[in-house]
Parts: sequence; structure tokens; C-alpha cells
Amino acid sequence: MDLIVQRRIKQVVKGDQNAFGEIVELYKDKVYQICFRMLWDRHEAEDAAQETFLKAFLNIHTYNQNKKFSTWLYRIATNLCIDKIRKKKPDYHLDAEIAGTEGLNMYSHLASGDQLPEDEVESLELQASIHKAILLLPEKYRSVVVLKYIEELPLQEIADILELPLGTVKTRVHRGREALRKHLRHL
Amino acid sequence: MTSCPKRIVHYMHEYLDGDIQEEAKKELKDHIETCKNCRQHFAELKKTIALVQSASHIAAPAGFTGRVMALLPREGKKVGIERWFKNHPFLTAAALFLLLMSGGFASFFSQEDNQFAFTKNSALKVENETVIVPAGTVVEEDIVVKNGDIRIEGSVDGNVTVINGDRFMASAGNVTGDIEEIDALFGRIWYEIKMVFQ
Repeated sequence: MDLIVQRRIKQVVKGDQNAFGEIVELYKDKVYQICFRMLWDRHEAEDAAQETFLKAFLNIHTYNQNKKFSTWLYRIATNLCIDKIRKKKPDYHLDAEIAGTEGLNMYSHLASGDQLPEDEVESLELQASIHKAILLLPEKYRSVVVLKYIEELPLQEIADILELPLGTVKTRVHRGREALRKHLRHL
Repeated sequence: MTSCPKRIVHYMHEYLDGDIQEEAKKELKDHIETCKNCRQHFAELKKTIALVQSASHIAAPAGFTGRVMALLPREGKKVGIERWFKNHPFLTAAALFLLLMSGGFASFFSQEDNQFAFTKNSALKVENETVIVPAGTVVEEDIVVKNGDIRIEGSVDGNVTVINGDRFMASAGNVTGDIEEIDALFGRIWYEIKMVFQ
């Protein structure tokens, strides 16, 4: 797969957009997932994911082809999401009604997605609690927790993505885990 | 839990990261067996991880790729033409055949063929169609390599041009002039014409 990716990237560098389409196909789910778990909003996540790919395309010349492409791409995605979180510190409460709607809260927002099959709806409340706990984390812990436990990346790769020393990533994972524990222990 | 040493919690995290020393692991195990609070703490951490990992995986929405592609700036004409050639080798071949017939270029091309050629210089080494600039040597002229690769381990004081081949730079390698790779589209088309008429 790496070989295909490298070949496609060479074509993209020459300006071939079809080759870039294949790259988007390969990575869209991973990138979208990072954005969604960081932002917890389908529309914002899609915007962020699209922006990630646009940025990647426009800056493909700065990508060092000796390094892993996914690391570079995920770095763009996490940086974008962290920027968005910082810009507007949202106060998400799943139980809170969405402004201008009646009886529509974040649970229904979650349920509106067609990705969730019927039998998973029951665990929706649990899912929402988990997500709420993730969202309560400050963004520096949130990014490592998302990359470690949702994308299931090794610690070293997370350090490469976030451009942090391995020790810092470990500390953040530890603190993130402790913070999550406080919110989730009673479930 | 106030009486428990702080390192126990630290060990728990090391354990969860999968990089704990054997001795620490043993100490953690022994401690957890006797201390109820720490046992609970550890269990809660493990449960937390399981919960976070159970968050259902989601896929990008339908039509995502199309929307991204629509955002990209319009691609240059050159690339479109190049891709058209690649996708329509037969038409390309037919068109080129007519061109060659009328132009009488045939003899010109058969000589120019796919021969491996490079600038003669006593400092260069050759290995399986790869020209090597050996480590520690300095080549003081421009180098042209045709239909082959070049590996630069030493230094080149001049320009490097690679036609229809690849360039590999060793980390110690150094080129003072310009480096150019020409991936001859024409060469590929010519190859395809030959395949059609074989």
C-alpha cells in the first residue's frame, strides 16, 4: 500500500488530480474519524476533513517522501481540529437543547446519522457519555487519546504526528486516561 | 489510597502503555493483590480504555471524495493531455503512426531508441544500468544519463540530467548545479507503438 501511495503522490506533485482522488479515497475515513472525534459534529468534521485534504493537496510539495504519508496527513488534520477548538470554545452538552429547536438535543443529533445500524441505537446513550467524556478533555489530551484509542496508533507515531517528544505524549496519555476515568468510572 | 506510593499509579500507566519493567510489573501485581483501592483504580482505568475503544468507528459521509475534488484548483492542461495519452494508448499510437509516416521520422527514432547512455567520465562507475558517483569522489562536469538511473554518493560539481530514469541521492551526496529528471512521455508512446505492431 505504501508503494502505491508513494507512486500516487509523485503523480500528485506533477499536478495529477485523479491520483489525488485515490489518495482521498484511501484516507478519507481515517481523517474524517479523527475530525469527528475531535469536534463531535458531523458538519464541522466534514468541513475539517475536506480542509485537511485541500491543504494536503496545496502543500504536497512540503511533504517529505521518505516519511510516512499518513503521519503527515494526520498532523494536518489534528492541527486543523485543534485550531477550530481553540477558535470557538464550544460548550457542548448532550442533554442541552440545540438553540432554535424544540426537543432536539445532541442525542438526536447523533442519531440523525445513517451510519448507525438499528441495534446500535440502544448503546447510543453509552456512546454519547463516552464522547462527552472525550470532549471534556482539554484539546492537548484529546488529540492523544483520539489517536491512541480510536485510531489505535503507536505512541511513537503519535509523537511524530504531533511533533512532540515521546515522553510528553506518554504523560498526556496518562493524564488523559486519568481524566477519562473520573468521568467514566460510574458507567 | 493516600498511603500507597505514587509510583504504583505510574506503573499502572506504564503497564497500559505496554512498556513496564519486569520488576515494576511484579511490584504492581503484588500491590494490587493487597490494596483494594488501587485494584479498583486499575480496573477503572482498564474499563475506561475499553469504553473509549468501543466508540463505534464511523466512515466519511457519502460523496465526500467528490466534494473534496470539487474544491481543488483546476488542474493544468498539460496533465490532462498526458493522462489522455496514458488512457488511450491505441489512439495515441495511431495518431503518432500517421505523424511518423508523413514526417519520415522513423529512421531518426529507431536510432534514438531505448539505449542506456551517459556522460563518459573516468570517475563514474556503472552497475546494471545505474551510474554511480562513488562516495568521496568529485565529478567536475555536467552528467547526463539516458534510460538508466543515477546514484549520487559523492559530489557533482555541475548539473545532473536524468532522462527516463530515476535519481537516488545518498545522504552524503551533493550536487552543486541543477538536477533534472525527464520522464520521457515520448519514449513511453514509442514503446507502446512497438507493442501494437509486434
